[in-house]
Amino acid sequence: MTTYISLSNLDLVGASVFLVLNAVFSLVLKLNLERQLLTSCLRMIVQLLMVGLVLKAVFAVSSAIVTLLIAMIMIVFAGREIWARQERRLSGMWGYSLGAGSMMFAGTIVTVCALATQIQPQPWWTPQFALPLFGMILGNTMTGVSLGLDTLHSSIFRERTGIEAQLLLGRTRWEAVLPSTRRALRSGFTPIINAMAATGVVSLPGMMTGQILSGVDPQEAVKYQILIMFLIGGATGLGVLGAVFGSVWRLTDHRHRIRLDRMRARST
Amino acid sequence: MLEIAELETRHVGPISMNVSGGECVAILGPSGSGKSLLLRAIADLDPNAGRVALNGQIREEMPACEWRRKVAFVPAETGWWADRVSDHFADTDDVGDLLAAMKLSDAMEWEVSRLSTGERHRLGIVRALQTKPRALLLDEPTASLDGDMTTAVEELIRHLLAGDVSVLIVTHDEEQARRIAGRSMRMSDGQLTPEAGAAS
Repeated sequence: MTTYISLSNLDLVGASVFLVLNAVFSLVLKLNLERQLLTSCLRMIVQLLMVGLVLKAVFAVSSAIVTLLIAMIMIVFAGREIWARQERRLSGMWGYSLGAGSMMFAGTIVTVCALATQIQPQPWWTPQFALPLFGMILGNTMTGVSLGLDTLHSSIFRERTGIEAQLLLGRTRWEAVLPSTRRALRSGFTPIINAMAATGVVSLPGMMTGQILSGVDPQEAVKYQILIMFLIGGATGLGVLGAVFGSVWRLTDHRHRIRLDRMRARST
Repeated sequence: MLEIAELETRHVGPISMNVSGGECVAILGPSGSGKSLLLRAIADLDPNAGRVALNGQIREEMPACEWRRKVAFVPAETGWWADRVSDHFADTDDVGDLLAAMKLSDAMEWEVSRLSTGERHRLGIVRALQTKPRALLLDEPTASLDGDMTTAVEELIRHLLAGDVSVLIVTHDEEQARRIAGRSMRMSDGQLTPEAGAAS
């Protein structure tokens, strides 16, 4: 078995050669991409260095409260991302809290269950395990929830006359919105279904690659990856279901009406 | 009888009026005066306040779905949600006579995307009558129809009136109001007033 190989700063500079080459091409060919390349590259370096520092400190402190705090900050940012990715969204507090809430609920339940019953670090919230796991689950749930809500809202907005025609024939709000609900759920589930189908054939998942590079036996890495895919799939499904049905409930009322007044288009 | 008391919705009301069984009341008025909003409010499609009842049964005391089967509303723009016309009808045998009256006997086989505006509207009326409603709210039912079809729709309305259905019709056509409605009301800025010099 190979062991972990540490990288020096010089290694990183060496690895950036090809990216620098791209910037040179951009200059020569007047593609005007060099500025964007440079700024996003610098952003990545700064963000990752900071995350490295923060994680190092958090791992050193190893406190349940600090771990919880970091998890909450992750939820706040992911919730904001869900909100920003929707063309039309629920107005007021609902616009943020429904997406963020479903994601938090699904992500937390799945992460805590996995930590407590399958991975079982001591104590169960050990940040080295809890935070990366929660991050992977949250990131995928975030993508699913934002796709599901975006599809639902644009579909209800577009299909309004058809939905109202069904309501007028005496159908319930759930029946009338069902085609839009189905479309939204399918759209929210698609990324994780595609990821599961393609994984290992098209590309090795990042986490598994990381484990193999750090010297873990590939079969062990595969087991971890399967566990992660189950967790991600489960959490994404729960989050999408919660968010989409919650939003259908909010965009209709007890008198079986469509309430587009509770939805707003993105202003920018 | 359709009873409406102190009905208020966005930009409209308060409005009080009754439409007896077998009576047709026409609502005239400029575009944007709130005629369609009034019909939507009666059908309970938009949030509204006030008292609405059919034959003594208060709307809020029955599920909204049941109310809309009894008080059918055909909006000016008919909605469709499936590809084939027949998918929009619960039982296609049930509406054979209505389809024949609307000259749409073959329509069940058609694709929705190929329907003309007039065909959509006539099918919308037939569809709304599937549930055998006791009151009918029509929003410009003949706006996109030619003379023959307008006559056919008016015949159908007379037939429903003979069966004691209450009919409330929004129209821009004052001649039509005189032909089929017992009385007319005029909507202006969300307020409804009896039409001066209306027949009967």
